[in-house]
Amino acid sequence: MPDNILELRDVRTYFPIHRGFLLKRQTGAVRAVDGVTLSVRQGEVLGLVGESGCGKSTLARTILQLVPATGGAIILNGRPLGGATRAEMLASRRDLQMIFQDPYASLNPRMTVHATLAEPLLVHGICGPRDVQAHVDELMRVVGLAPRFAQKYPHEFSGGQRQRIAIARALALRPKIIVADEPVSALDVSIQAQILNLLAKLCREMNLALIFIAHDLSVVRHVSDRVAVMYLGKIVELGPAAEVIDRPRHPYTRALVSAIPVADPGIERTRKRIVLAGDPPSPINPPPGCAFHPRCPYAVERCREAVPPLVPAGPGREAACIRLDELPASGT
Amino acid sequence: MPLLSVTDLRTHFHTRNGVYRAVDGVSFTVERGETLGIVGESGSGKSVTCYSIMGLIPMPPGRIESGSAMFDGVDLLRCSAKEARAIRGKRVSMIFQDPMTSLNPYMRISEQVIEPLLIHEDITRKEALARALAMMEAVGINDAAQRIHYYPHEFSGGMRQRVMIAMALITRPELLIADEPTTALDVTVQAQILDLIRSLQRELGMAVIFVTHDLGVVAGLCDQVQVMYAGRIMETASAEELFKRPLHPYSRALQRSIPGLQPKGRELYTIQGLPPDVSKPMPGCAFAARCEYAAETCNAAVPVLTEVSPGHSHACVRVLSGEIGADA
Repeated sequence: MPDNILELRDVRTYFPIHRGFLLKRQTGAVRAVDGVTLSVRQGEVLGLVGESGCGKSTLARTILQLVPATGGAIILNGRPLGGATRAEMLASRRDLQMIFQDPYASLNPRMTVHATLAEPLLVHGICGPRDVQAHVDELMRVVGLAPRFAQKYPHEFSGGQRQRIAIARALALRPKIIVADEPVSALDVSIQAQILNLLAKLCREMNLALIFIAHDLSVVRHVSDRVAVMYLGKIVELGPAAEVIDRPRHPYTRALVSAIPVADPGIERTRKRIVLAGDPPSPINPPPGCAFHPRCPYAVERCREAVPPLVPAGPGREAACIRLDELPASGT
Repeated sequence: MPLLSVTDLRTHFHTRNGVYRAVDGVSFTVERGETLGIVGESGSGKSVTCYSIMGLIPMPPGRIESGSAMFDGVDLLRCSAKEARAIRGKRVSMIFQDPMTSLNPYMRISEQVIEPLLIHEDITRKEALARALAMMEAVGINDAAQRIHYYPHEFSGGMRQRVMIAMALITRPELLIADEPTTALDVTVQAQILDLIRSLQRELGMAVIFVTHDLGVVAGLCDQVQVMYAGRIMETASAEELFKRPLHPYSRALQRSIPGLQPKGRELYTIQGLPPDVSKPMPGCAFAARCEYAAETCNAAVPVLTEVSPGHSHACVRVLSGEIGADA
């Protein structure tokens, strides 16, 4: 077993659609995650990007077993997560933690910071009731909060501070991997930078693997080692973060990169932009073949025929497009 | 003469917990056909500025303490309801941030889009519908003839924002106020909407006030940009100037904390502390508490926005006196 801390093999998460009330029958399914294969190494930051509805949050929830996977395997530390007993699941939760997008909704408003941070410690028996205080103080210091705030409630904190509490809660069990679902998108630029720096520092110091989900490519490029681009439940491109974003291969990644506004009027006014037409299609009834072909500027007849697999596209890179070699080179 | 000239606008909210100075002495002008960007973090007063101009501040608790907003000879802050009605929705219109909640879910799209026409113009329903249809096509809604009769819930977020734009532009306004129109949208859809605003602006020759917290959006769209903080304007300059030569420490700090502009892996610059509580009086510079260059002089008096080169003004006493260099 190499140093892969987490492996996903052909993970699928479908949500059934039912019709009828008494004679309930399944009439279809939303294919939120549709065959994702990925691995995350110890201490690695993997960025996961895509538009809303592409399945990145569902993938995060599936990894955490918050929604059941329809198919495939999630392997944490060499042990499959699916089919685990309650006790086994409790043990794996210790290694696997999550930070949610909205720090206003993810903290219990009726629990003080102390109670929020002490709960996982006590549930998992990390420490006894006697030394809980010392552990909580230490956690608060790690995320840059003064321990004297421990008896305050979430509403007494700002968004950035709340996100620090959420991070402290995720760190309480000394996990090996954290899944962060849009941890900074609800925050202002100046606060966002503080949280990004904190996450980067924690990953470095604790050799923590991080799956960082965001829709902001410049943030992802900054923090991630590798990046995976999702479209309609599938990964369409995977590789080292800076390379994928500076020299995207897949047409969807190209369009996504060209759509990010650059905070530099010189570049912003001269560069060529690929503006995609329309919205992403519905995951209930995805288009045949490559799901991106109806919006793809390079689509040809062949693209409708089969779902393109991820194929090697340069060192450490993969992309799911049958026309990779026929497309013009991209660069910044 | 500028199309809109706002002078010393102060909008305060009188609440049980004190007086919140959401907008505290803001002055700016918008020329015909110009695009003015207002950037700032949440709570900086950028939306309240727009709401004040449009007369959408709930009073109480809000109160416009002072100032004027002259639009073509009419003070929008003091005019009668009748005068305001003749301008609002006709010559000045607004797009809101959240397309999910700013359309009436009980009304068909067609009814909502033609409403401003029926109110402001002497026009039959049939003609109005024809204009609405043309407008829906102009904003890029496919099958407009059929979809104009849909309800808002049948549209996606990007499509609803297009409907909002169609509704705002159908009376061919001279000034469009767009309050974070793309914040709730995906980047690919954002690119579509920004392109749309740009091309419609060119066609109609209207002025745009574009409120956003995304400096990237400002860079591509705006002629002039003003940076707001705690209800005050910190710096205003042309977009090129502001990105190449930001003078105020806050504008500089803001730029240095954007990941996209920094080398990968390098620790991001962070502004220490939190935005100030605007319910507390601030005798000096609002940014002084978080500013790394702050000195005694900063807390002495509210710094005045001073023009240092044509079109470029800032409100920092220490930069003005030359105590901090341009590349500090």
